[in-house]
Amino acid sequence: MARVLVDVMLKPEILDPQGQAVQRALPRMGFDSVTNVRQGKRFELELADADPATLRATAEQMAEKLLANTVIEDFKVTVLPADAGDTDNRAESA
Amino acid sequence: MPARIGVVTFPGTLDDQQALRAAAAVGAEPVALWHKDRDLHQVDAVVLPGGFSYGDYLRAGAIARFSPVMDTIIDAARGGLPVLGICNGFQVLCEAHLLEGAMIRNGDLHFINRDVALRIENNRTAWTSDYEAGAQAVIPIKNVDGRFVADERTLDALEAEGRVLARYLANPNGAARDIAGITNAAGNVVGLMPHPEYAIDELTGPAGFIENRRVPGTDGLPFFTSILKSLVSA
Repeated sequence: MARVLVDVMLKPEILDPQGQAVQRALPRMGFDSVTNVRQGKRFELELADADPATLRATAEQMAEKLLANTVIEDFKVTVLPADAGDTDNRAESA
Repeated sequence: MPARIGVVTFPGTLDDQQALRAAAAVGAEPVALWHKDRDLHQVDAVVLPGGFSYGDYLRAGAIARFSPVMDTIIDAARGGLPVLGICNGFQVLCEAHLLEGAMIRNGDLHFINRDVALRIENNRTAWTSDYEAGAQAVIPIKNVDGRFVADERTLDALEAEGRVLARYLANPNGAARDIAGITNAAGNVVGLMPHPEYAIDELTGPAGFIENRRVPGTDGLPFFTSILKSLVSA
């Protein structure tokens, strides 16, 4: 099983009112040093029978078509190493 | 035989009945369309109504855009079928790339439910020909992701090509250049954030003195009379 992360963020030039609301709330809790907050989304994908050679391209197609709206959002695809962080799952399925 | 106006129901659609009622009010035959059914049942025009299709999960309109009925509608719209996207329907049209831009969260993060005054900037589309050029119309908005955005080049192109359909007289949500609706180049595909189907009746539409004008409550009706005339004359 392959694991891929897709991080989706509003483009820098698109105003992020949700991030701004969080930014305004943090100083009320004493976090005075925050000067900017941008809010985004992260997708954790698990792919069965994925061809490692085309994994990144496949994930990019998914991001392009559905996960991100490239009119307003940028995305970043990260392919995780095959044995990263899923040892527990593997022990269960073994 | 009266013109047939189809209205799509997605899971989470709210305003399909109001759109069907508006179609009937102007003498068209209202036809209910279902998101899983690719068949458009010989309709002459389609309304994508407001609501929260598929819960607006991921992004408003993002999942509805890939429903079976949209495959057919996207092809037909490119071939000239008149399509009006209202609110969530406008978001679906943007996600389908039939219209430019996108909708993001309102500037103040609030759900806004209010009657707003619009100026109709383009009365040459299939859906607005019954308005006078520059006419004012008071129509309700009810949304939280209603803020139209696009890059500067796209906005400049929309302006230069006269494709800004309607603007807010007082911008409620921070929409770029006060844009409330746009049209495609051919004028058959139109998207509008406010809800004309809620302004077709003197009893229930927004009425009174608004922006120094007596508003009858039926300012949204020309969207539906326009399409009917364009279908009859087609």
